[in-house]
Amino acid sequence: MKRAGFTTIWLPVALLLPQLMIIAIFFYWPAGWAVQSSFYLQDPFGFGSTFVGVDNYTDLANNGEYMRIAWFTVVYSALVTFFSLSIALLLAVKADNVIRGAKTYRTLLMWVYAIAPPVAGFLGILFFDQRNGPLTIFFQTFGWDFKLGVNYNSTATAMVMAAVWKQIPVNFIFFLSGLQSIPRAVREAAMIDNRSATGRFWQVTFPLLAPTAFFLLIINITYALFDTFGIIDALMKGEPGNNPMTLVYKVYLDGFRGNDLGGSSAQSVILMVLVLLLTIFQFRLIERRIHYT
Amino acid sequence: MTQTSPRRRIRWATVSDHTILILGAILMLAPPLLAFISASHDAVTIHREGIQVGFGDQLGANFQKAMFEKGGFTQTVDGTLMLMNSLILGVGFAVGKIIISMMAAYAIVYFRLRFATLAFWMIFTTLLLPLEVRILPSYEAIQRLGLTNTYTGLIVPLIASATGTFFFRQFFMSVPEELVEAARIDGAGPVKFFIDILVPLSRTMIAAIFIIMFVFGWNQYLWPTLITTDESFFTLVRGIKQIVLSYTDAQIPEHGQALALAIIAMLPPVLIVIFFQNWFVKGLTESDK
Repeated sequence: MKRAGFTTIWLPVALLLPQLMIIAIFFYWPAGWAVQSSFYLQDPFGFGSTFVGVDNYTDLANNGEYMRIAWFTVVYSALVTFFSLSIALLLAVKADNVIRGAKTYRTLLMWVYAIAPPVAGFLGILFFDQRNGPLTIFFQTFGWDFKLGVNYNSTATAMVMAAVWKQIPVNFIFFLSGLQSIPRAVREAAMIDNRSATGRFWQVTFPLLAPTAFFLLIINITYALFDTFGIIDALMKGEPGNNPMTLVYKVYLDGFRGNDLGGSSAQSVILMVLVLLLTIFQFRLIERRIHYT
Repeated sequence: MTQTSPRRRIRWATVSDHTILILGAILMLAPPLLAFISASHDAVTIHREGIQVGFGDQLGANFQKAMFEKGGFTQTVDGTLMLMNSLILGVGFAVGKIIISMMAAYAIVYFRLRFATLAFWMIFTTLLLPLEVRILPSYEAIQRLGLTNTYTGLIVPLIASATGTFFFRQFFMSVPEELVEAARIDGAGPVKFFIDILVPLSRTMIAAIFIIMFVFGWNQYLWPTLITTDESFFTLVRGIKQIVLSYTDAQIPEHGQALALAIIAMLPPVLIVIFFQNWFVKGLTESDK
């Protein structure tokens, strides 16, 4: 708040009102409703609901399929985060090195940011096509009978690759801006101290990039958990069957196709807690970041 | 010998840098580009041979069909209609979000309010839970309000997250204190200060946020999928599912048309990001931190 702020009362209230109303109607009401209905068992035909306590949660914990999806989500997020971060970091370091064509490379490496996840999934369908997709043929030359939408591991591989591809630009932009904010004096000092480029990277550049990397870690986990919905939906072509899926997809499936309101709400609440934990973790990292800079 | 070796090593390093960057650029460029090239062939060729690497002669015809041929279950939607809906969602979301969040940020930063801290926390809690997490209850709320298959139901719930407010708050905090002091001495009221000084000062920030929000709105998938069941409200990205199905399952798959429609779905946000990339990068790296 500014020291020399205005003292009118009605104006700030009027200014805040639209935002607060939208939040109340489309955020607090639904979120509260989700928590509440996670403790109820809804009649599938809409005739009332019964209070069942934590049954919806214990059901999930005992549900083998749910636990398997949870496990897939963990592996999927880890793979997507790892590969998109490391490829983007490599490209950013190289783009920061070169003098000629730096701007062209930046444009070429970041424009995919604008492509929607389901469109990326659709491109995946072209490249992993059963009969003549280039990547399917590529895998087959290595003796892997790749079958998108039929074989669990094939579909999972396609999902990871499409999700990594889509996320590289964001990571690239942040890493590049992180690299460019390293002071010239520091680089020159490092140049004198350490003649090996690899040594310089791990001993000087990487620690200076650590705050950016921590921040991106959270961003990428959140992306893998929530924003890849479109990629997953496109790649399984709307037929969940035996295909791998993430927890968010399961919420959608149970809530909208299975009409299991209680179970879906309980899943939502679990995800909310997960995101809250991630955010707390992030805030602690940001606190720590102050010591770095 | 001692003089040439370091120079030579540097040159090799440069070559390897460029090689890696070119490979990276190909990785990012190839999939959409090949899809575009394939969209210039007729359905039979694509169906039989898959992705094409050389241009065919059907590009115009496929895009023509994608834009103007009525399709879908009810035979009433064409690409033009979906393009319009995408624009309404993208622009409506971006403009709505900017107006609402600038107002809220102005109130929080420039006024002495007793409940400012409470409002601040109420708004910023929304940063914690993305729409995907509370998708089912949000849908229920929209349904009870009777807002399914309306632009309001499509756009407004997406605005219920504080990213924009947070961004403008940060920016307003960095505006020098003297500015508002000078304005007050000159007798400018809060409304005049906001419209005549603060808004013009935020022009670059508004542009950056507009680009990010437009792309975000245009690319929405899950929410439009739930809220719009009436095909006349379909956006291009929402229609991707139909494109996928017509590409994989239909008896006579319209491959060329499906590809052309997918290209149209990516073109506007891609062009905006490329042309305004300096603003866009600035907005992205400064707003998310």
